[in-house]
This record gives sequence, structure tokens and C-alpha cells, in this order.
Amino acid sequence: MDFDLTPEEEAFRSEVREFLAANLPPPAERSKLGADFINEWWRKIREKRWIGFDWPREMGGGGGTVMQQYILKEEMLNAKAPPLGSDYTGLGWVGPAVIQFGTDEQRKRFLPDILDSKSAWCTGYSEPGVGSDLASLRCRAVRDGDDYVVNGQKIWISLAHIGTGIYTMVRTDPDVSKYDGISCLLIPLNTPGIEVRPIKSFAGDHFKDLYNEVFFHDVRVPVANRVGREGQGWEILCSALQRERSGIAEVNRHHKALERLIKLAATSRIAGEPALENMEMRKRLAAFDARIEACRLTGLRVLTRQVQGKLGDSDASIGKLHNCNLLVAMSETAMELLGGASPYLGDTEASVGRGKWQIGALGWPTTVIGGGTPNIQKNIIAERILGLPKD
Amino acid sequence: MNFGFTEEQDLLREAARRFIEQRCPIGEVRRLAETEKGFSAEIWQEMARLGWLGLTLPEAHGGSGLGWIDLVVILEETGRGLVPSPLPASTLAATAILENGDAAQHGRWLPALAAGSRIGTVALMEEGGALDPRRIGVRGVRDGDGFVLSGRKTLVSDPTSADLFVVSFRCGDGPDDVALAVVEAGAPGVVAKSFPLIDATKRLGNLDLDGARIRGDQVLGAAGGAAARITRLLNQCAIAVTAEMAGAAERALRITVDYANERTQFGQPIGHFQGVKHPLAEMYVDIESFKSLLYYAAWALENRPHEVSRYASLAKAYATDAFVRTGIDSIQLHGATGFTVEYDIQLYFKRSKWARPMFGDAAAHYERALALRGV
Repeated sequence: MDFDLTPEEEAFRSEVREFLAANLPPPAERSKLGADFINEWWRKIREKRWIGFDWPREMGGGGGTVMQQYILKEEMLNAKAPPLGSDYTGLGWVGPAVIQFGTDEQRKRFLPDILDSKSAWCTGYSEPGVGSDLASLRCRAVRDGDDYVVNGQKIWISLAHIGTGIYTMVRTDPDVSKYDGISCLLIPLNTPGIEVRPIKSFAGDHFKDLYNEVFFHDVRVPVANRVGREGQGWEILCSALQRERSGIAEVNRHHKALERLIKLAATSRIAGEPALENMEMRKRLAAFDARIEACRLTGLRVLTRQVQGKLGDSDASIGKLHNCNLLVAMSETAMELLGGASPYLGDTEASVGRGKWQIGALGWPTTVIGGGTPNIQKNIIAERILGLPKD
Repeated sequence: MNFGFTEEQDLLREAARRFIEQRCPIGEVRRLAETEKGFSAEIWQEMARLGWLGLTLPEAHGGSGLGWIDLVVILEETGRGLVPSPLPASTLAATAILENGDAAQHGRWLPALAAGSRIGTVALMEEGGALDPRRIGVRGVRDGDGFVLSGRKTLVSDPTSADLFVVSFRCGDGPDDVALAVVEAGAPGVVAKSFPLIDATKRLGNLDLDGARIRGDQVLGAAGGAAARITRLLNQCAIAVTAEMAGAAERALRITVDYANERTQFGQPIGHFQGVKHPLAEMYVDIESFKSLLYYAAWALENRPHEVSRYASLAKAYATDAFVRTGIDSIQLHGATGFTVEYDIQLYFKRSKWARPMFGDAAAHYERALALRGV
């Protein structure tokens, strides 16, 4: 056990820090530069190969080790740098799926745009009636010559209204087991027959246009756009979900939220008495601290297993569960502390802190439900780690 | 960076688990719990021969020269097996003497503690459960080069087995006028008493000092100015007890998972039902989580001394709530059989009751963690 960085890791950290000091303007200047700043930023870090840093070098990535990725991510967060590339989904799991399961032709066609922040992939898993039991998906793709003809509907598609393509799980064979009949297609969103309809969330304007329904009416997709073998979709999806669920970055956000929460508590009262003198509240705040740190350190244990090549397919579920619990519990604690100001929406004279906590108290489902509900994570832990019978 | 155990540590764990399974299986634990002394002299001697009693002491003092992560491994295993012995207490007393004593004191006590010929314990807690050394109430009045001690220490492990007690006391009126000393059992004015416990595999009680005289060469380090050293010792105690809790909680979870896989109702194992699965998954998440805090705290002891208080507190606090919940949920998931004396799960449930106040409960440690943030 050693939490100190090796000299090589330390050298990499210095390289990142020096680069950030030389190239990242302070936040105020950044907003003045606007789009110029962000495009220039992405060009520079693309040159450093820090976009797609975890991808192999021959695929245009940086070939960074697991530890280097961790260091890069942490330094970027500490410096409040913009994200490493704009195509979050492409970088996160569409690109890796193409790298792992795709053909050379697909790698040439899709990877550069992801790295250059030119594409914007979205993810087509869920369907009406198909949520936690994802393997029962029905969106149908029928082979017709060199194309598949896709018919069906996908739902809860983040960013489909501004996306360039949808990475879609479709049923290619209804006659085999539900897991074996799924395939993965990369479908440009401008393909004729695709219709995108936004879904209104209850969280109001702040979460406007977040989710969409995507309808496929006789959409012709070249077979050349299928990633992996026909029937390999479930394997690709499982590997992508694990990537989506591992979220070291989240801890930083929780620490910031806890700092804000403590500040809020310092000016709040519970039953007329200062909130920070309330023992139950004090214990609750400290318990958040413990859970955030437990989440961070458990993440590092998972990271070590990853470095050693011993990563289990369910290791990320612990982090996801903590993230969900913290998100809901901290925003609800804030609402409690806000007291009489808590029901008011937005930035008005009735609100405290410009109504930011209310956004959290309404918006948590995006994180908590997305990528698998807490109950599904508990099933994964119970079945795959503890060895209880499968549902 | 590497947040994993070494191969040697994995081997140490395997060897410890094998030893405990062979020499102190749960039947033996139950038998020893019924005895007055509460532990086996033979197993104690075997532990000494294995090098466990002086695990973190230098070889020059008869120890094994290993580190705190290794000690955590051993304590997780003794906790897992509910092994009744003064090993944790005696190790902590030895640690206090090693870190605070001079060469003469090392020579006088450490080899005997490592060999198991003498048993040590620590007496740091007092009524009220405060962790802050500034609130120590046991008083030492100057008497020549030594002190005359008066007052009560609570939650003292193995009080009637111990030959020596590492005691914290107040030696003046200033906030930092506190000190550590070794008090010998049986000396005039020293009364150690053990009381019946929910967890019969442990021995716990009070140390009453009523005009107990100690010489200057029993004081560990300078008299006065010891608040930081006492805090460090208390952190080591909290880390040690959390390690025992980790092993025990993990075993309680395993026993309950096994039961859920065996017990059939409505035509299938009860582990099939989400009402059973989900609490088990929650236990797992909590145990893994406080283990992460525990390992970091133990690593920090030797590598990041200034971070120890924060992480020892977060670990003990999280562990306390999680272990108590694990105990209750385990019993409940066993149904009525969980209430019988015959099933082992009750022993772990009772262990969680012992662990709760040891070296500070969740409230005390959360309060300290918050205070360390300046809140």
C-alpha cells in the first residue's frame, strides 16, 4: 500500500501542471474569449494527445496508463479546466467500443471526429417499457442486402436534438435468447426516417431539452455500421456500462457541494436554533464527509485493481451507489436547511443562493436513474460479488 | 500509487486465517467465552511464537518489525474469527511504550510484551466519551520525581488480565498539561475490574486509581505537552478496533449470505428475493467503504501523520454505524433462528455492541472530524 506517486507518476503530474499554468487562462478571461478559447484549448490538448488519453496511440489516442489518466483527470479538475473534448459519449464508450470490437475501416471513419470534438454521439439503449431489463429491448433491425432496416423507438436519449449520431442497440434475431439477439449499430442522426422528439422533464427550464425520444421508421443503416459481430451487442453494452459507471470525477463535485452545504448550514436555523449547533445536523454533515472520502478511496482501490488487471465487472457499482445516495441526501439536507426558502424556484427575493439547491433537489434523477438505478446496482453487487441467486 | 496489499500481506492473512480456523474455531471461541479469564494461555503463547504480539515492534525488542498495514491484516482476521485474546490491547500498550518511552523503558517492557510473558492494555477513555486530551480528568499530583494518580478510566480492555496499563492523566491545569505513564497492576491504589458484557468473548471494565503512586521512570516521555502524543495513541486505538470490526462485519455478511443461499421459502432460496438481496448489497457497500477509510488511516500513520486524526475518525465513525446496522440486519435476515444461541450470527451481532463505544462512538468521531475541518 503506497499512496505516494512514483517518480515517473510525479514527473507526469508536473508536466500536466506546467502545461496548465502556461496554457489555461483564468476563468474570467476564458468567458471573454468564448468559443475561440474552447476551440484553441481542444486543439492544444489534442496535440498533447490528452483527448482520448486512454485510447491506444495507433488509434489516435494518448496510450496513457491507468495511473496517468487518473492524474490527468485530477489535475484538470483541480485547475477547473474545461472537459477533455466535447464528445463525452464518443470518448467514454462509443470510441472504446469501436476500438475493441470494430473494424479498421470503422476506426478510421469514426475515431478522428470523436477526438477532434466534431461528432456528438448519443446512446440508444432504453425503450418504452424497456428500462432496467435492458436485454428485453425490441427495436428491430432486419437485414436487407448490405443494409439493416431499423424500425422502433428509443427513449431517454440525452442530447439527441444536437447530436450527430446514435449508438444503438437493436434486436437482430428474435429467435435466440434475449442476450444473444442484440447487435450494435452506429446510426448517423441525419439518416432519413429518424425523428427526434424532446421529452419535458419535471425539473423545468434548467433541464430543458435534456432527453428525447428517437423514432426509427424504415431507417436504412449500412451493415458496415455494425460494431462487432451480429449478436455481440450485449457484450458491448455491458462493457460500456461499466465505463459509464466508474466515476472518479464525481467525488470532486460532492466535496464542493459539501463545502457549500456547510456554508449554508452556518447561516441557517433548525427549529429556531443555529443549524451548526444541532447535533443531528453536525453528525449528518460529517457523515457526508465520510461517505465522500470512502467513495474516493474505494475508487482508488478499484483503480489499483485496474492497474493490476484484476478489475471485476461489478467494481464500479459501489461508487455509483454512493454517488446516488450523496446526491439525493445532500440536496435534501440543503432543502431542509433552506427552510421557508426551500419551495421557491429560481432567483427571486424569496430564494436563497439563487435557487441553485432546488435545481439539485429536482434534477438528481438524471444521475441516479441514468446508467442503472440504485436497485439495479444492488442486484449486480448481490449476484456478481456476493453470489446470491440471479433474478 | 498502489492501494492494494502486498503479496506478503496476502500470505500473512492466509496464514492467520488458517491458524485461527485450526486453533480457535468458533466452538473454541464459545468455550473460552465461558471461562473466567476469557482466553487460552496456549493460543496466547502460540501467537507470541508466530510473532503477532510484537508485530510492529522492532526486532531488537523481540518484535517482528512489520508495519501497521500488517497489523490491520492480523486484526481483521482475529476480528473475523472473534478470537478472544488481549492481542489488540497488548499491542496498543506496546505501541505506546515504543513511541513514547526511552531506551530503558523499551528494554523493561517491550521484550516481555512481545513474548507474551506480560500483558499490557491502554486506559485512555473516561466517562463522557470525549476524545480531546484537554478533557482528561484523571489527575496526577507531583510526588518527588513521580506522580500520585487519582480518577477513573473506563472501557479498559482485558482489565484483569493486564499486568500493566498505559494511562493518560492530567499533570497540571494548562490545556496541554497531560501525560502518559505505565501503571503496574496490583500496585497500591490500582483497582482494575471487569464487568459482564453483551459480547461474552471480550473482557472490559474500569481502572480505578486512588492515590496510585508512579515513579518518574514510569512516565512515558515528558510529563506535560503530551496532547498530540495521546491523540496519536487514541488514533491507533481507533484504527485497531476498526480493523477488528472490518473482519467481524465481513464475516457476519458472509454468514448471512450463506444462510440466504441455503434457506428455502416459497420454493426458492430467500437470497433470490430483492428484499433480502438489497440489504446484503448495502452491507457490502458499507463494509468496503469503511475498509477504504481504515486502510488509508493505517497507511497515514506511518506516511501522513497530520492526516491520521481525520481519517481515523471518519473510519471509526462510519464503521460504528455500519457494523451496528450489519448486526441488526443480519439477525433479521436470519429470521427466528437468528435469535437462537445456537447460530453464530448472534456472536457477531453482540460484537457490534462492544465495538460501538470503543475509543469513541460515531457521534464523538464525527464531531472530531467536523471540528478538524474548522466547523
